[in-house]
Parts: sequence; C-alpha cells; structure tokens
Amino acid sequence: MCAPMSKRRLDFDIVVAGAGPAGIAAACIAAENGRRTAVLDATPWVGGQIWRGQETKRSSRAAGRWLERLTASGARMIRCAADIAAPRAGVLLAETGEGPLELSWQKLILAVGARELFLPFPGWTLPNVTGPGGMQVLVKAGLPVAGKRVVVAGSGPLLIAASAELRKAGARVVVVAEQAGLSDLVRFAAALPRSAPKKIFQALQYQLRLLGVPYRTGCWVTAAQGGQKVEQVTIQSQKKTWTIPCDYLACAYGLVPNLELPRLLGCRLENGVVLVNLWQETSVGDVYCAGEPTGIGGEDRALIEGRIAGHAASGRTDKADCLFKARKRARKFSLAMDRAFALRDELKHLAQPDTIVCRCEDVTRRQLEPYDGWRSAKLHTRCGMGPCQGRVCGGAARVLFGWKHESVRPPLFPVTVGTLADADLLPENKSS
Amino acid sequence: MSKSFDVVIVGAGIVGAASAAECSRAGLKVLVLDRGPIGAGSTGAAMGHLVVMDDSEAQFALTSYSLQLWRRLAPELPDDVEYNPCGTLWIAADEEEMAAVFRKKEYYEGQGLRVEVLDAASLAAAEPNLRRGLAGGLRVVDDAVIYPPCAARFLLERAKENGAEVRTGIEVSSLDAHGGVGLADGTRISAAISVNAAGCGSPALTPGLPVRKRKGHLVVTDRYPGFIRHQIVELGYLKSAHSVSADSVAFNVQPRGAGQVLIGSSRQFDAEKSEIDQDMLRRMLRRALEFLPGLKHLSALRSWAGHRPATPDKLPLIGPSPESDKVWFATGHEGLGITTSLATGKLLADLIVGRPTEIPAAPYAPERLLKGDADHG
Amino acid sequence: MADLVTITVDSVSVSVPAGTVLAAAIVQAGVTRFRRSTKGEPRGPLCGMGICFECRVTVNGRPHCRSCQMLCEDGMDVRTDE
Repeated sequence: MCAPMSKRRLDFDIVVAGAGPAGIAAACIAAENGRRTAVLDATPWVGGQIWRGQETKRSSRAAGRWLERLTASGARMIRCAADIAAPRAGVLLAETGEGPLELSWQKLILAVGARELFLPFPGWTLPNVTGPGGMQVLVKAGLPVAGKRVVVAGSGPLLIAASAELRKAGARVVVVAEQAGLSDLVRFAAALPRSAPKKIFQALQYQLRLLGVPYRTGCWVTAAQGGQKVEQVTIQSQKKTWTIPCDYLACAYGLVPNLELPRLLGCRLENGVVLVNLWQETSVGDVYCAGEPTGIGGEDRALIEGRIAGHAASGRTDKADCLFKARKRARKFSLAMDRAFALRDELKHLAQPDTIVCRCEDVTRRQLEPYDGWRSAKLHTRCGMGPCQGRVCGGAARVLFGWKHESVRPPLFPVTVGTLADADLLPENKSS
Repeated sequence: MSKSFDVVIVGAGIVGAASAAECSRAGLKVLVLDRGPIGAGSTGAAMGHLVVMDDSEAQFALTSYSLQLWRRLAPELPDDVEYNPCGTLWIAADEEEMAAVFRKKEYYEGQGLRVEVLDAASLAAAEPNLRRGLAGGLRVVDDAVIYPPCAARFLLERAKENGAEVRTGIEVSSLDAHGGVGLADGTRISAAISVNAAGCGSPALTPGLPVRKRKGHLVVTDRYPGFIRHQIVELGYLKSAHSVSADSVAFNVQPRGAGQVLIGSSRQFDAEKSEIDQDMLRRMLRRALEFLPGLKHLSALRSWAGHRPATPDKLPLIGPSPESDKVWFATGHEGLGITTSLATGKLLADLIVGRPTEIPAAPYAPERLLKGDADHG
Repeated sequence: MADLVTITVDSVSVSVPAGTVLAAAIVQAGVTRFRRSTKGEPRGPLCGMGICFECRVTVNGRPHCRSCQMLCEDGMDVRTDE
C-alpha cells in the first residue's frame, strides 16, 4: 500500500463508504482481489447498525467471520470519517476528528445503509422515546435498561430484533405493537421460499415466544404522555384503545435508505431507491451501490450485494455472477417484506395540528399544512433546515403530505467552519 | 377587453411583495404572479440584512429611506420575520480604513443617522470574538436583520388584505406593451400596467434589460447565541460590491434568531449555476476566519449559493419603461433587495398613482439605462 | 475485569466500562433531558445512529456533540441542557 501523499489526502483504487455488512463485504472482496481499498465509517465502530458492538461482544457468527476477514484482507479501515462532499470527480471529502480528509478513488462503492422512519404522534418528542433500531443500538452501547418497562411499537422485523436485545439486557418488554395486520403477516410467512431469510424470521419469532413477550398485530401507538419523559403510551387497534405505563417507548415504522450521498453524486433513483445494474453499478460511472440504499433487505441482501459490488469494482465480474441467484432470492424476500409490512392509512393521521413534525426547528403539523411542497414549506417554516437536514422530518413529510425531497447540498453532515474553509491547509494563521 | 387588474406584478419575491402591498394600499387592484413559491428566488437565498449603504448619494437615499419604513413596520412584523435591530458594525482593519470610518461617520451623522465610532478597545468589547489588532469600527445603530421569505409572505398577506390576488406556480412569458401579461400556457391576463419584479428572471421577460446575475455564497452555523451581537461587515465589502467585473469575497456575518451565525459574502459574474463553487466558498470562509478566528470551531450546517440581480450602475430600476407607460420595472437591486424593498414598493406605488415621492425617483428611472431606441419601435 | 472510565456529567461523576457510548453513560448519570428544543422542550436521543441530533451535549467545552456517536474518555467533562 502506498504512503499517503499528505496528512490530508489519501489515494485508493476503491473507496467504500459505510462499514456495515455491505461495506465490509465489498471492502474484503476488493482488497482480496488486489485493489488498494479503504472503507470508511462516520462512527468509531465497524459493523453499521446491524452488527453494532460485534467487534467487542461477538454474538453473530457471520459478523465475526466477516470482521476477521476484513482485518485479514488488508483493506484500510478509516473510523470517525463522515462523508460530507464530493468536490471533484473521483474525490470524496470526509470530516474527521482532525479536520477534513480527501479520499481519491477510481471506483466508489456506496454502502451507506438506512435509517428508521419516524411518523410523528403526540408526545413522540418526549425523552425516552426512541426508535426500535435506536433502542437496539443504545442497549448494545451500554444503555441501562435492566428492570425498565419498554413498549416496542411501529412496524417491521426490527421490532422483534430490538425486543430480543432488550430482553437479553434485562428489560421488561411489556408489548410489541406491530401495525401490520395478522393476515398480512401470515400470508408473508407462508409465501416465503425455503431460504435463509425465512429461517431467520422464524427464529426471531420463536425466540420472542420463548421470552414471553406479547406480540400484538394490527395496532399502533397514538400518543405518548409524560412530563419530563415518557410515562405511559396509548395504543389503538381497530377495535379498542388502551393505555400502558412504561419507562421507554421504542417506536418507528421500518427503514428508509440513506440517499444523501447517492443523490449528491447524481445517482438516479427509482421508487425511492438507488437504481443499479447487474453489477451494482449506479447511473454514475465508476460509482457502485450495495445494501439498503438499493432496497431495504437486511444483512443477507447487504452481504450479497456488497460482494457483487466488490468484485465488479475490482474488474472481476466473472466472480460475481455466481451470486446472482442468491441476490434474486434476497430481493424477492425484500419485496415480500415491503408488502407484509406496508403502512396503514391511519398512521398518516396520528400527527395532530400541534404535533411537532420538524424536531430541529419545532415546526408543527399546523404550520406545515398551508404549503404544497417541501421547498416552500422549508423556506417559510424552516422545516428541514436544522442539523438533521430533513433526515427525520423528511420521511414523515413524505408520508403525511406526499412531499418529495429536493436536491442535496454539501456538507452532508455538519462540519466545522474550519473544515469547510480548509483552514488546516492554509499557511499558519497568525491572527488567532 | 376589460381590464380586470390595475397592476399585474411578475415576481413574488420581497420586491414584488412590497410593491403589491403598497399598490394595493393605494387602492389599486393588484395581481401578483410567480412561477415558483413566494420568496423562492434571490429572496430565499439572501442574507436578510437591512443596511444603509453609501456607495452613491442615490444609494444612500434609497437605503436610508427604506430603513425608516422598516422601522415603522417593525412592531407589526410577525415573529417568523425575526426582525432584529442589532445594528451593523463596519470594521476597520487599519488606520487607512479607520479614516474611512470617520468619513462615513461625518456623512451619516450629517444625514441624521445614529452612528458611533468604536476604537480598538470598544470594538473588542462590543464583539469579543473579533480578532485582536483591528483598528476600530463604525456602529450604525439602527440597521437590522430579518428572515426574508417570511417578510415577503407577510407583505403579500398585507396586499391580500387590501384586495390583491396572489397566484404562484404561474409562469409568465411576456409583458404586453398594451398592458397585461402573456403566460407560458398561451393565455393572457389583462391589466392597465404590468410590473417586471422578477429579479434574476427579469431579462427573460424584457430582452435586453441590463440585469446580470451576480452569484453569492452563504453558510449558516448551528446555534451559538452571543457569538456575535451585531451584523458585522468589513469596509472591504464596499470594494467587493463596487467592482463590476472581478470575483471577490468580503467578510460579512449576521446573527440569526436562535443564535445561528450566517456567514457571507462572495460575488461572481458569469457563474450562472446555483451549485456551490467549492473554491469560492473556501475563499469566503477563509476571509471570515481572518476576522473571526473562533468561527473555525463552529458547526456549519448548510451552505448554499444564490444570485443577485445586478445593474451596471449599482442602482435598481424603479419606474416606467421608456417605451411604454404600461410596462414598469422594480428590479435590479443587487445585494440591497431586502433593504430597499419597502422603499421600492412605495416609490413604485407613488409613481403609478401620480403622488409626489418622498425621495427623488429620477436616479432609479429605467430610462437612464434603457433609452428608447428607434430599432425597438 | 473490564477497564473503567470516569467522566463527569453536569458535575456528577460516573464510571462506566471502557467502550461505553457517551449517550448511555449520560443516562447512567441519571439524565433524561440531554438538551432543549427551540421552544424549550426537553429532548433526548431518538435514533441512536447520529442522524436526529437530539442527543447533543457539550463535551469538554465544545457544544453540539452527538453523544451517541462518541465513546467515553477518561476525564471527559459533559454538560447537558445547554
């Protein structure tokens, strides 16, 4: 591996953005194929959301194998490097603890994962209300939940995984409230082909039963109440409404891809995901995409697509086509999941007029109603102009109002003014 | 053909909005059209400063008159306009610039404006985050800052209260010499007068109109209440705004409602696209860091670029076209559109209705740049 | 035996195993209100993955640090609700 040209710039053949399962797989393959490879992540950890904590507390055999493989591959892992801009062709700019870092690439693989979809309801901004994925990550990160009563709600298999994690940590999961109806879920389980993803879903359900956690379908949270933090939640089904006291509420409605970096690079999207060809290549030459941003599909799909992208980017498409059948199965599974967990209409009406939709700027539903699109709403209410740059409220606005996001601008994440100014690259600033 | 409107204003930015508010207040039946949302053009990209500038007597007259109107309006402005009478601090880096500060002070005081000269020590006390070693500055006490898109919306609401109509999402393709406008969909709307208040879009409606796009960049930070207390501008800003050709940057920061710091400014001609020019952005920020070194550690949330509609003599076009008294202009405000919007609206309404204007309108007359030409017929 | 790391949260000392994420340590110190919204409402972590910005606190004098994206370091001084 060549020494970097300067402290602030590193050159690689292949740069992988994101160190979750897809990014790890892509980086391993690329490095093993002899390419000078780097994989970067905004966090101090390797594993993304799915494999968070696996570096120190190994509980997944797949994670363990891939993490060891990554270390052995020779790919360079760059932690605490958040993508912020793509200033020139072939260059990615990242913000690190020490200032800006330029990474030059011949091929770029986007493995930037997904985030939870939050739909506002009264009280959702109270402390101790998180997403199920967020709760899972926080618990793995050391959040003390032993003996705490937790309501897990929303939609998707993540509710089950989060509940299992909570139970392992000693929390009392009072109920899991899944908005999808029982018949949809039964149909989904029955329609699955005999393949690994099905087994995982079944295993999680079985685990949940063993743990004694009530899993209720066809119901959703309509409100969280409390003073300085959540103290109870109200759940509704088509037939009844009931209230449960709790210490935490973990509620979100599935996952949505992180599309900021793909959009910044000009990748074409279709149906809200990055469009890729057989080789995971996007509409932008030399830019590949793997995992959740091409369609929510979890660990299996991420690993398969990461490997295909890794091979394709390193010029070894011959090694990639044996993975096509597995990818096809994984994509079918994704589609089935989408159908099974499709969001019901009632969720669009949970937000009341004075329910906050944009948390960064405290903009309520009532304030947003007069506008006919994201652009004018943003301009006049500042919704989406806060630090999250629409990552939380944008998903909600799409479901509530049908608003589509407009173009992205750098920096993709907040950076210091110094980084934006490249101040570290200036001659010594005597005036400070 | 019945004239359904007295005035059709093309452009729902702050200038069009102020014009609508004043025209409708004068009893005229007004229609405002814009191809996009309210305030989505230069107004939506702008810094929102309300500042008296003295590049020329005419500029001083227009800006100071407009500031008076803003001050009068201030108590009625809703919270989301974020009117903040923080004043402007013009910074002198050295003794030469300090001499300019004293000259400015003389002039402004002579015109009845409240100003205060600050020496190095009092400058440091007024703005502790400025670097040491500056010579001093001039505090223009009654300057202010606002959030422009909400101001535009407020002014249009005022206009509507007086019977005006506002239609967004309507693309205008031409201004009729006989009154009214032609829309992109082929239909026409008739009016006694049409007003081109389309900012950077104004030359498209009036071919040959000497309005050029002048690109600017801005960066906004997260909340740091108290990091700066005034709008702060280096005297070099004047050189940057003066120049008619070169790319330039000048230090200019502004405190926003909840303590965000808005950082500008840059100027470029022949940069038509709205994408961020990374090199220009860097130049601008490095300039800002020279004055406010502590900015280095602040968290920057967003950066964006926009365009100012600029005329060759740095004064806007306010008044009738020399070729037709049914086509009027309220455009070309460069970096003073927010400041001079209210004065523009008032002058325009006065001229249309035939009332005496409160300041001479001749310096802004379109005919000075659009002399009637035999070829145009 | 796991290494322990000691930080202060609003002047309260708390010791956590090395590798603990700052947000978790803040909760252990008894804090639920990490920050206030523009209208002054109490807020705490939502997403756990660095995109909601609700877990921001001041660390060693630097404001707006996302505590869910940081590891605890010995001697860290954390202020919430600033």
